[in-house]
Amino acid sequence: MPAVVRTEALTKIYGIGDLKVTALNGVSTTIEPGEFVAIMGPSGSGKSTFMNIIGFLDRPTSGHYFFEGQDSGGFSSDTLADMRSRKLGFVFQSYNLLPRTTALANVELPLVYAGLREARRREAAETALRIVGVEELAPHLPNQLSGGQQQRIAIARALVNNPSLILADEPTGALDTKTSHDVMGLISRLNREQGITIVVVTHERDVAAYARRIMTFRDGRIESDLANAPAVKAAT
Amino acid sequence: MTLRSVVEVAWQALERNLSRSLLTMLGVIIGVSAVITTVAIGAGAQVSVQRQIANLGSNLLVVLPGAVTTSGARSGTGAVSSLIPEDGLALVGLDGVDAVTPMVMVRSQVVGGGTNWNTVIQGVAPTYSHVRNWDLSSGTFFSESDMDTTTKVCILGTTVVNNLFPGQVSPIGQSVLIQNVPFTVIGVLQSRGQTGFGQDQDDVVLVPYTSAMKRLTGQTYVNNLMISAKDGANLDQVQAAVTALLRQRHRIVPPEPDDFSVRNMQDIANAAAATASVMQLLLIGVAAVSLVVGGIGIMNIMLVSVTERTREIGLRMAVGARSRAILEQFLVEAMVLSTGGGLIGVVLGTAITLIIAILANWPMIVSPMAILGSVVFSALVGVFFGYYPALKASRLNPIDALRFE
Repeated sequence: MPAVVRTEALTKIYGIGDLKVTALNGVSTTIEPGEFVAIMGPSGSGKSTFMNIIGFLDRPTSGHYFFEGQDSGGFSSDTLADMRSRKLGFVFQSYNLLPRTTALANVELPLVYAGLREARRREAAETALRIVGVEELAPHLPNQLSGGQQQRIAIARALVNNPSLILADEPTGALDTKTSHDVMGLISRLNREQGITIVVVTHERDVAAYARRIMTFRDGRIESDLANAPAVKAAT
Repeated sequence: MTLRSVVEVAWQALERNLSRSLLTMLGVIIGVSAVITTVAIGAGAQVSVQRQIANLGSNLLVVLPGAVTTSGARSGTGAVSSLIPEDGLALVGLDGVDAVTPMVMVRSQVVGGGTNWNTVIQGVAPTYSHVRNWDLSSGTFFSESDMDTTTKVCILGTTVVNNLFPGQVSPIGQSVLIQNVPFTVIGVLQSRGQTGFGQDQDDVVLVPYTSAMKRLTGQTYVNNLMISAKDGANLDQVQAAVTALLRQRHRIVPPEPDDFSVRNMQDIANAAAATASVMQLLLIGVAAVSLVVGGIGIMNIMLVSVTERTREIGLRMAVGARSRAILEQFLVEAMVLSTGGGLIGVVLGTAITLIIAILANWPMIVSPMAILGSVVFSALVGVFFGYYPALKASRLNPIDALRFE
């Protein structure tokens, strides 16, 4: 089975002329199926840029990115959109749920763009909500839900299309400590029980502690890349 | 993405902001309902003009005195007394002329049945009934001998009957006073209702024109001559013959202009129809401007909406929407707004038309072409004014859009 993510000398330079900023400077790494990776590093270290590129939201200036063995170099923007639709799930710090739209419809959203019919969308969305343990919230609107509940809905949305990789950008950034641990417990359970490859970007050491591998970025490079014995917490 | 899901997504987005969506539609609603109502009014005008032709008889020619130039001052038609009854008699023998009646008109108070009524007295010849194709409902018309002896007899229109002799079986044999001259009622005209211009044709009293001239007005001239052409006769030729004979009788030599004018009812009807259609075009133009303004309103709201929903667009892209799907979504939203406004406008315009038709007693025809045309046009307005905001949305960079505050 090919690595989910393999990068070779990934470089990203923003701006032109004298104003050039090197966000990523030759990052080469591999993430195997089933891994749970935390990416840490200060602001401007390149961790978000790295995540955007492996999430097909951005393209590298140079270097190669192989997704499940496939070189993404020649992908058109439509192909990138299709990859996001079929292979990836995103979890954001601010949840990014559609307002005035039910939890169920929010979870269905990626499948709308994958072209699934309504009955199958609904079935898959209900399954995803059940996996994250909030099926009873299906008819609720985001503004009726707590932060933790909204993030669970967002996680259900990320896994509704059975992705090869879920990318979470500061998923606990807007949550209190207890809810943060609940959400991280859920994410690590998805990794263990569903076998989904997960990459979490975070500032917080105790959030990163859930991962089995911690990469630290600094100045556009990987400063350290260490295995981690995850703190075993009660899965929710 | 299938068309169905595109429409579904667009509908969801509009539903989330229902009141704003409705307000945005307002411009198009007003525009379309204005178009529908205007076209219906115009079509109604056309129909009533046609009804009028049918009523008057399309084979009718009217000779009006006037339009003479005296010392450089041109008078309007009807302003001079150049037509005399003998002109009418002379026309009878002309080729293509079926019947002629002179007409003397005076507005007067009529007293009878213990009350009184202001109406139009028309002095006419017995041929009037034939010329106007207008029979009596009861009684008899006056005869040629009544003309010669200036008999004091009259025929009433139904409106006059209803006002002077309400509830009575028949006014025939009763006496009415016209300018203190007693006239005996010998007949009642059939009811004709209103003309296309809302004039009550039944509000009239007919008397022999000789009696009218001698006993009521004292004038020696007539107000007009009505001529009915024979069936199948060429109206233009009859008109030319009438003109030639009258010029000869009035001793007018070229290049002197006519001291009368001959109107062909068909011409009058055509002129009225042309006026109606020019008015209609004008009003449709105004309505179209309001549709365009409505379109600009849609563009404005769509641009606001794109900015407001930048994060939503970013999210949709992140979960797999191609930029084409975003373009389609916003385009369809604009089209749903404009076409929805168009459909509501059709319903509203039809309702307004019906209300006006009932209140004004004016025939109105809601045309399917106007409905189809305005719905298609409003959809096009949506595409035209929705394209720029939609393009703007589809060109957003997902990363920047997701970070947008």
